[in-house]
Amino acid sequence: MKNWRNHLGLLLPMLVVIGFSLWPVITGNISTRESAFTILKAIALASSLNILLGYTGYVSFGHIVFYGFGGYIGLYFVNQQDWSIWAGMLVGGISAGILAFLLGKAILRLRGAYFALATIGINEAMKALFNNLDLFGGPIGMVLNFSVYKAYGGAAKALGMAFYIMAGLTIIALIISHLVRTSKFGLGLLAIREDEDAAEVMGVVAPDTKTWAYVLSAIIPGMVGVLFFFKNGNVEPHVAFPLHSSIELLVMVMLGGQGTVLGPILGAFAYQGMRGYFVTSEFFKDIQLSVSGVLLLLIVLFIPAGAVGWLRQKFPTLRRVLQ
Amino acid sequence: MTSLLQVKGVSKFFGGLQALNDVTFELPEGQILGLIGPNGAGKTTLFNVINGVYPATEGQVIFKDQDVTEAKTYEMAKLGLARTHQIVKPLNELTVIENVVVGACFGRQGYSLRKATPVAEEVLNFVGIADRSDQLASSLNVAQKKRLEMARALAAQPHLLLLDEVLAGLNQSEIAEMVETVRKIRDKGITIIMIEHVMEAVMNVSDRMIVLNFGAQIAEGNPDEIRNNPRVIEAYLGDPKLAQKLMQKAQE
Repeated sequence: MKNWRNHLGLLLPMLVVIGFSLWPVITGNISTRESAFTILKAIALASSLNILLGYTGYVSFGHIVFYGFGGYIGLYFVNQQDWSIWAGMLVGGISAGILAFLLGKAILRLRGAYFALATIGINEAMKALFNNLDLFGGPIGMVLNFSVYKAYGGAAKALGMAFYIMAGLTIIALIISHLVRTSKFGLGLLAIREDEDAAEVMGVVAPDTKTWAYVLSAIIPGMVGVLFFFKNGNVEPHVAFPLHSSIELLVMVMLGGQGTVLGPILGAFAYQGMRGYFVTSEFFKDIQLSVSGVLLLLIVLFIPAGAVGWLRQKFPTLRRVLQ
Repeated sequence: MTSLLQVKGVSKFFGGLQALNDVTFELPEGQILGLIGPNGAGKTTLFNVINGVYPATEGQVIFKDQDVTEAKTYEMAKLGLARTHQIVKPLNELTVIENVVVGACFGRQGYSLRKATPVAEEVLNFVGIADRSDQLASSLNVAQKKRLEMARALAAQPHLLLLDEVLAGLNQSEIAEMVETVRKIRDKGITIIMIEHVMEAVMNVSDRMIVLNFGAQIAEGNPDEIRNNPRVIEAYLGDPKLAQKLMQKAQE
């Protein structure tokens, strides 16, 4: 197979994530597992956002809407209809995908700042909607019946299992990201990012291509949402649709390098590491979000390509490995 | 045999401004049609209407016996139409070869990535920028970017190629090379419409020419007829007798 070289770019991201997933397994430490869960979740969400932001060039400030929406729907079926977590995740992912499809048809014709604004609006509208839906518990949200955990051998075992599922989802997110990056579909996305009009003149069916990219970037967040709320034991509107998390995801993708497979991973590590330091530090704990804002500004001004993009520019020979 | 392209009574309004006024022509397969006219005459607008960037206000465009008046640009690309832009539009952060692969993958042939790469290499060789394949498109100079535009269009293996001022901004030797390339494209059996301001070159290479002025078609014919048409001279110089006067003065 001559083709294996095409997949060299997946090697480094996979090694990083698999190695990292094994870390709490080896140490057997539960607090390590919790922080590893948070970082894996960030990697999965950032990699998904990257399909839209990095490959297609559409800035979404409200990507967390798919996490909240999918999470709500999935948890409803797990909690109220006694579905398994697997079925719940599936239905969460699919409903997030359907939402993205419908939204995509409506707002992906907007470009630049207008699209970004629309995504914020949708996130806030969705939060307000769930605040008022009695089916999903209104402003109080839903609390998971503890009996749900029984099927998985009790709460402790269920939480342990959630970690492995999270690791699996992260790996799937990376594989999707890589396959998109190296496919004809992905080339169409890159062409749209560079110049949508020129891409259309060359025959890229931009409206459909963008919509599918949006759908693809929504499915994993929907599944992650179900898993996280399952592990958390409850869901509330302001936890499901936090606008600041959307912005943190943007910072991760831009920091690591948009449009690369490895970038969102590095970005998620760096940002979560930094955040962990800031929220525990006396001086920074109250201005933690402002620091992210300043960071985003500095990235946009000085290394718009992000860490991986910068390395690719400096060392062209590494291009095959750093993708 | 029917024509590859028929433009029937096409008019285009932008608000109150009439950019095209009842333009009608037919284009048989295998010809080079030169499209000339003063600045603002509506040449690029005509390209945009044929290409599907925006629809004609009135009239019809027929390409390969299909009514494509309302077709989108990407639908036109699949049907076998390709174009270059007057203001080049490279995909900056992609390499030169990736730019051309986009053309091959999404154009008329719709190649897979694997099949598109050799096609792209061949086309890059043909237009003469093969040595730049792995550079980013943003690093090319203007002449090379024009060639890149051409390579992208050719990689789709179109039936009809619209060239929008590919000679503008090039020096004498670059123009000669580009004209040679245009001829070679025609010899491959691709029909061409070219907008051009470099008269010597476009007169040389065109089989037939159309002159636009203020959106209206003021002349049509072979290059010799166009050269001596008083309405064309008037459109360019403002006074049909001015050319004669200038000539006489020069002789005296």
